[in-house]
Amino acid sequence: MVAANSSQSISVTLRVWRQTGPFQPGRFVDYPARDLNPNMSFLEMLDVVNDGLTVAGDEPIAFAHDCREGICGTCSLTINGKPHGPGQGIATCQTYVRSFKDGDIIVVEPFRARAFPLVRDLVTDRSAFDKIQQAGGFISVRTGAAPDANSIPVPKPDAELAMDAAACIGCGACVAACKNSSAMLFVAAKVSQFGLLPQGQAERDRRVLAMVSTMDGLGFGNCTNQYECSAACPKLISHDFIARLNRDYLTASLRQAFTPAPAGADGGAG
Amino acid sequence: MATLDSKIPSGPLADKWRKHKTEIKLVNPANKRKYEIIVVGAGLAGASAAATLAELGYRVKNFVFHDSPRRAHSIAAQGGINAAKNYQNDGDSVYRLFYDTIKGGDYRAREANVHRLAEVSVNIIDQCVAQGVPFAREYGGLLANRSFGGAQVSRTFYARGQTGQQLLLGAYSALSRMVGAGGVELHTNSEMLDLVVVGGHAKGIIVRDLITGEITRHAADAVILATGGYGNVFNLSTYARQSNATAIWRAYKRGACFANPCFTQIHPTCIPVSGDYQSKLTLMSESLRNDGRIWVPKNKEDRRKDPNSIPEADRDYYLERMYPSFGNLAPRDIASRAAKRVCDEGRGAGESGLGVYLDFSDAIRRLGEAGVRERYGNLFDIYHEITAESGYRTPMRIYPAVHYTMGGLWVDYNLMSNLPGLFVLGEANFSDHGANRLGASALMQGLADGYFVVPYTVGDYLASQKPGSRPSPDAPEFREAATAVTGQTAHFLGINGREPVSHFHKRLGKIMWDGCGMARTAATLQKALAEIPPLREEFWASVKVPGSADTLNQSLEQAGRVGDFLELGELMCRDALTREESCGGHFREEHQYPDGECKRDDEHFAHVAAWEYQGAGQTPRRNIEPLQYEFVKMSVRNYK
Repeated sequence: MVAANSSQSISVTLRVWRQTGPFQPGRFVDYPARDLNPNMSFLEMLDVVNDGLTVAGDEPIAFAHDCREGICGTCSLTINGKPHGPGQGIATCQTYVRSFKDGDIIVVEPFRARAFPLVRDLVTDRSAFDKIQQAGGFISVRTGAAPDANSIPVPKPDAELAMDAAACIGCGACVAACKNSSAMLFVAAKVSQFGLLPQGQAERDRRVLAMVSTMDGLGFGNCTNQYECSAACPKLISHDFIARLNRDYLTASLRQAFTPAPAGADGGAG
Repeated sequence: MATLDSKIPSGPLADKWRKHKTEIKLVNPANKRKYEIIVVGAGLAGASAAATLAELGYRVKNFVFHDSPRRAHSIAAQGGINAAKNYQNDGDSVYRLFYDTIKGGDYRAREANVHRLAEVSVNIIDQCVAQGVPFAREYGGLLANRSFGGAQVSRTFYARGQTGQQLLLGAYSALSRMVGAGGVELHTNSEMLDLVVVGGHAKGIIVRDLITGEITRHAADAVILATGGYGNVFNLSTYARQSNATAIWRAYKRGACFANPCFTQIHPTCIPVSGDYQSKLTLMSESLRNDGRIWVPKNKEDRRKDPNSIPEADRDYYLERMYPSFGNLAPRDIASRAAKRVCDEGRGAGESGLGVYLDFSDAIRRLGEAGVRERYGNLFDIYHEITAESGYRTPMRIYPAVHYTMGGLWVDYNLMSNLPGLFVLGEANFSDHGANRLGASALMQGLADGYFVVPYTVGDYLASQKPGSRPSPDAPEFREAATAVTGQTAHFLGINGREPVSHFHKRLGKIMWDGCGMARTAATLQKALAEIPPLREEFWASVKVPGSADTLNQSLEQAGRVGDFLELGELMCRDALTREESCGGHFREEHQYPDGECKRDDEHFAHVAAWEYQGAGQTPRRNIEPLQYEFVKMSVRNYK
């Protein structure tokens, strides 16, 4: 019960990664956080610490956050070595002080990965994900060109599975958790969402080939089946989707290799 | 003085949009690529507009302050999106959706706009399904629906409790496609800090790169703002922490009228406040009211008891009692005020007494826990994360919280503001929800504006602008605006005061909630109006903004936004004080019926109040656009 434990405040030490820019050296700095209400969120604790730093004339800790309800994918802290902290199936912003004990030393780092260069302190640049999406993470349908929504029935189990994949919030915890910094879970989620739906079939091969090749080009590593990604995923997206991605990729590669390109693909009536 | 010509087409209501589309000017395909359009924001309205305009062949520049367009706060909308598909065969129609929305807005929206919204609602669902949005389905493979407040049909389409996320990712995928194809130039981490007006037309913006601090000037043939609402004036709200009013507020200070700023929506079902460190209130989707029953104890003495121990006879299901025909699905403003009333009577639940129970025990008996989990599982999870309580075992505790703003920049039927060339979409404009928005209508409006309205109407404006006639970003107007922005940044960093930005935001939020919140009186508003200017002065004299201008500096970003809230809050109170009536979300205690319902004054206030900036320290001018109801009779809303 929230009310029951709200009176017992705790104090912790935050050991925070500070780095003023991508090319400056970084280091850990300890900050005390005293008399915390256990019902405070982890980010609210950082707000309070930052207000204290500001008043004391220090620079506050830069960290990414926005919706604070686990859906926008902005927040991205590695807490005690775990992307998004100790909880399962939640984002950093859904981590509460009640997950820690009085006297704990809590290590706070950014999401570390080669493809996510550091911007400042705990903020990283995750625009590589956008670039993968731009390469093929869509169904090409011009506004206004769609048929009636119910003209495309989708079996309920397929729709549900597509929704499981579509729940990805693009936070990058999967990459940060992976020893290879692989983005396979992220790519697999998008490829599977569209691959499971009839609307996504026309571009199925092109999509998977383009997204995987862009992913590789951006410096993400490969999957070696450790499943750290799905364990860290705030939406618990299953690594089974990676198997599906591999299947799609193989099929598309084979089809591409053995199917002659149609002559005059752009040939109109002129 | 601003001219407010709504440009509503003549003719029968149902023909206006069709007729208008055939009559407005077009830009020929070869000329479209000669026009540049700036879109600020990439939520539902911004992303859908940017993608669609690029598909048409315009050159689009899209600016977002987030690190990715997928982060916009549309993503957090939970419950659903309305559309008049009538797939349930329960008697829905475009007219019914139109009528429910007009009535839900307490007769303070334009008939023509709302009818158009209802018309294009059906196209939105088609579009989203074609994009691969995984809406909920029935076993036959066709789309499922649920009910939402203020309607007696099931017309809400949904994707579990993440409908906003899925619709936004659909629009984001369309936008990504056009970025990849070169049709949209995407600028992330880029915050608009001023609008540039040249010769009376909006022709560009000034932008700060949030990573490098660089200030850049961008010229265009038209500017579209889709930057969301301003509920963070209240500090605590269901908005994202970064949601802000800076783009629309600075456009206001450049001459765009701000319409009905006092129309704010307080959502009835949010998790109650727990402490003064709190940064954010979390919504529990209105869809929960389909199956959850709202109650408080009949007797004050029971309010601290374990709710499961309170017998049925001692519970007051007050919405079902007061509004038997809509019950727990009464519109948001009505449900919120009812919650406030029972808590004011001393019957509220929890430590603070500011909470009511949302109880699923009947639904669990009917559907089983698994059935409830399938419909609302993620919402129960959110509730558990925050409160460490299980909504399956104990009734949830909820309380109203600031959630949406119906007011916004004034726009005509073409979604163009009184400043030619400036278009405003989605929550940032004022147009479709009147004084109260119904659930599942915000997603509908954002996508309607972006996919199906502005792509047509922007052409009508551009056809009057010669291709290649846009000014150079080196024009004096651009230089002057950029200099002012740089000056403000330097000023903030130079104050070197004592208090962090957040303290001022909290104090403003408290003034606004107490004075201009769920219920307002002349006295509370006058008190707020007396308190805000000194707080603003104190802010500018003693705020502490550390760091420098040429790096990522989150304190500096917040300072600019809170500085704007400190001005906007005053305008909201002024608007609320002038509007001597109650309507929708604007409840003036002086104007109510004996049963506590809103008492509108159609004789004096059946109009849009569009405020016009008159310069710093000057009282803004209140312009009026009369609302003409030709097709619906204005009546007292009745949900009983």
